[in-house]
Amino acid sequence: MWSAGTLESSPISSDDESYETISTDVLIVGAGGAGLRAAIEAFDKGAKVLIACKSLLGKAHTVMAEGGIAASLGNVDPSDNWKVHFSDTIVEGQFLSNWKMVEIFAKEAPERVLELEYYGALFDRTKDGKIMQRPFGAHSYRRLCYIGDRTGLELIRTLQDQVIKRGIDYIDEVVVTSIFKDPATGRVAGAMAIQLRSGKLLLIKCKAIILATGGCGKVYAVTSNSWESTGDGISLAYRAGAELMDMEMIQFHPTGMIFPAGVRGMLVTEAVRGEGGILTNVKGERFMEKYDPKRKELSARDVVARSIYTEIMEGRGTPNGGVYLDIRHRGAEYIKKRLPSMYAQFLEFAGIDITKQKMEVAPTVHYHMGGVRVDPETTETTLKGLFAAGEVACGLHGANRLGGNSLSDLLVFGRRAGLYAAEHARSAKIGSISEEDIDKEISRILAPFKVTNGSNPFELKERVAETMWKYVGIVRNEQDLRKGLEEIGRIRLEAKHVQARGPRAYNQSWEACLSLWNMLIDCEAIIRSAIERKESRGAHTRSDYPKKDNANWLVNIVIKQKDGQMIHELVPVPKIPPDMEKLINTDEILVWQQQEKREQLLVRK
Amino acid sequence: MSLRKEERREVVLRIFRGTGSDRSKDRYETFTVPYQKDMVVLNAIHYIQSHLDSSLSARWNCKAGRCGSCSAEINGVPRLMCKTPVDRYDGEITVEPMKAFPLIRDLVTDVSDNYRVAKMIPPFTPSVATDHVWRMYQEDVEKSQEFRKCIECFLCQDVCHVIREHKAEYIGPRFVVKAASLDMHPLDALNRSAFMKDNAGLGYCNITKCCQEICPEHITITDNAIIPEKERVVDRHYDPLVWLYRKITYRSVKQNAKQ
Repeated sequence: MWSAGTLESSPISSDDESYETISTDVLIVGAGGAGLRAAIEAFDKGAKVLIACKSLLGKAHTVMAEGGIAASLGNVDPSDNWKVHFSDTIVEGQFLSNWKMVEIFAKEAPERVLELEYYGALFDRTKDGKIMQRPFGAHSYRRLCYIGDRTGLELIRTLQDQVIKRGIDYIDEVVVTSIFKDPATGRVAGAMAIQLRSGKLLLIKCKAIILATGGCGKVYAVTSNSWESTGDGISLAYRAGAELMDMEMIQFHPTGMIFPAGVRGMLVTEAVRGEGGILTNVKGERFMEKYDPKRKELSARDVVARSIYTEIMEGRGTPNGGVYLDIRHRGAEYIKKRLPSMYAQFLEFAGIDITKQKMEVAPTVHYHMGGVRVDPETTETTLKGLFAAGEVACGLHGANRLGGNSLSDLLVFGRRAGLYAAEHARSAKIGSISEEDIDKEISRILAPFKVTNGSNPFELKERVAETMWKYVGIVRNEQDLRKGLEEIGRIRLEAKHVQARGPRAYNQSWEACLSLWNMLIDCEAIIRSAIERKESRGAHTRSDYPKKDNANWLVNIVIKQKDGQMIHELVPVPKIPPDMEKLINTDEILVWQQQEKREQLLVRK
Repeated sequence: MSLRKEERREVVLRIFRGTGSDRSKDRYETFTVPYQKDMVVLNAIHYIQSHLDSSLSARWNCKAGRCGSCSAEINGVPRLMCKTPVDRYDGEITVEPMKAFPLIRDLVTDVSDNYRVAKMIPPFTPSVATDHVWRMYQEDVEKSQEFRKCIECFLCQDVCHVIREHKAEYIGPRFVVKAASLDMHPLDALNRSAFMKDNAGLGYCNITKCCQEICPEHITITDNAIIPEKERVVDRHYDPLVWLYRKITYRSVKQNAKQ
């Protein structure tokens, strides 16, 4: 076999406990939109920055974002402004969002989009040469700036170029396994990591860490998420003592592919509906007219997902177990121009020409509104020196995220994370890490190599994902949730004896062991929160509590570790001040205003 | 396409195994996995990891043809494993790592050299200030947009015979596309033709169009990027009129620069 050569480094034995030590000011875990934007900002503010990411640089899950980036530029609808964007986000988040975070977000999104253009991104244009904007579910105006249906790819490539241009240090294919704290100050002091390519261990000492690790969609069997979305950041933060919030809020995207089996769950962008796609059941009825007569297909994602689910469960689904999505009326040329990736995706994966045939779709796990609890302005978590931005963080999207809001989230809060982490690093010193903590972590992560006849981590991951899909799905009830929790507990016992096979270099079964452990923590937090929230709100639907209960449940469920146990607390959603409340445009505000009793909910546990 | 598609019960894969640190142990192993309708090669790899041999290494990420991670050579042709249906092949399917890059393990290669090359490309340099809203028109951005579809799977680098022969001298199709995407940005101010000629080794490409044929994003690499970039080099460096003009103006430019 002809070969370009071999690697120079010699292999290491599986029980090699040695590690290399490096140090930096700000360590950024993850190189998706949030991580890259954070890196640029922290670097520009003078901090020494190191990006560590699990995949190759530029492959992060952000590349999968298709529809666009929401910002109230008003290029197409001049009446749009940040106030309407604020209102839309609060209302569709079902009043669970942190209002301050939403305000910052809505105000800063336009400048972040323009900045992306100045960095070199090439958006589609309006007739008068400005950035084009398209309609999307539950946005009052045409607000999503886009590049065909590959907006995420353009975003990541643009930021990647800026990182390269600045010469910012990065190490890719690196798995961060734990965060270390200075025993004296309790602040972040560093992290342990595995370099996948060599299998060697790396201790990274730093003053601040920014988690930009994305979501945890891989805990579900049917998901649009990619390999790396195993909720590592949630687990890292939780294990280090930071708080998690709204973990039960998992977004099911209404439209995922259902066949072929190998790509079940692959995203069918909301842009299809934004461009006029129509949903019908097997009888040919346009069922969204029944569930949301006003907005129909462009209703909020939770509404459309539940509607599709109901149609399927009530026997009006297609033989393959989905509903139809039809864009044919737009004509072949229009479809190929506006939705090129969708056209190619269906043609290449399913052999379906969407200009001539209907698509078949069903809900797929898409996004985690919950995550690590952060300060709305600085993105700092409850652990000093630990910041979080993007999908891993929590507070912006409430109980349901609007399409297009995640990309602007990455830029707005990625930048803020970089800014405040750099600021923190300026005044902080590099803390010390105890040898004991390091030894403990090394023996934890090398344990899978010492196991013989252990279980297969890939298989256990599949079982986790099937369990979550079965018991913690789109419509939940207490009985199923409890079964799910028990099953996750059983898998956790088996996961103690999970085995990594083969040498250390590029050992995916090893990585699978570590991400499996992370996923189990995420799952437990998701299920516990889902059991706790005894109402239906946004993405969280309970068949045993089908109504929204504003009197009792305008609270965020906070999860943390106490004496090695997972505990939860109910914290009232921060009250929106009257001048901001005025901006909110919904009938529901009347209900909201009645919530004077909220303060009384403080310690209801 | 196989005529026996309906009868197919299983798929037989012959997979390269080996580690970069010891090439004397290179070998091929055969795995039989159950057939599922419309399955792709990556599905078969995942089946092997979950049920047959968890020590098999293969880089992948999105499983949807969008990230460009799962590049490999399937029956000798560079392809994305996630976009290659097993039905394409009748018999045994041979899966090997990309041969233009150093082996790490099994199907995983070290593609880091591409990131070194990426750093060489002169970056986007706007010709206008960023204190106002930029105006560009759809027909002007479309040329560059084609190149921005690139998912950096590096299959074009793998298939390029020039890279295999002159690795150090030629940046390769991916990066000519990159340079073209910047050159054709309506508001980019740089002229990259000197770089393309002197540092990028563009002259080595003899337009065999192999890269264009295998691009999973169907970017017309040779026709729309490489040839126009070559023309830019020719226009700027080999056009006798331009040469004469630059000879005449050289002194004054230099003097201006000094002042």
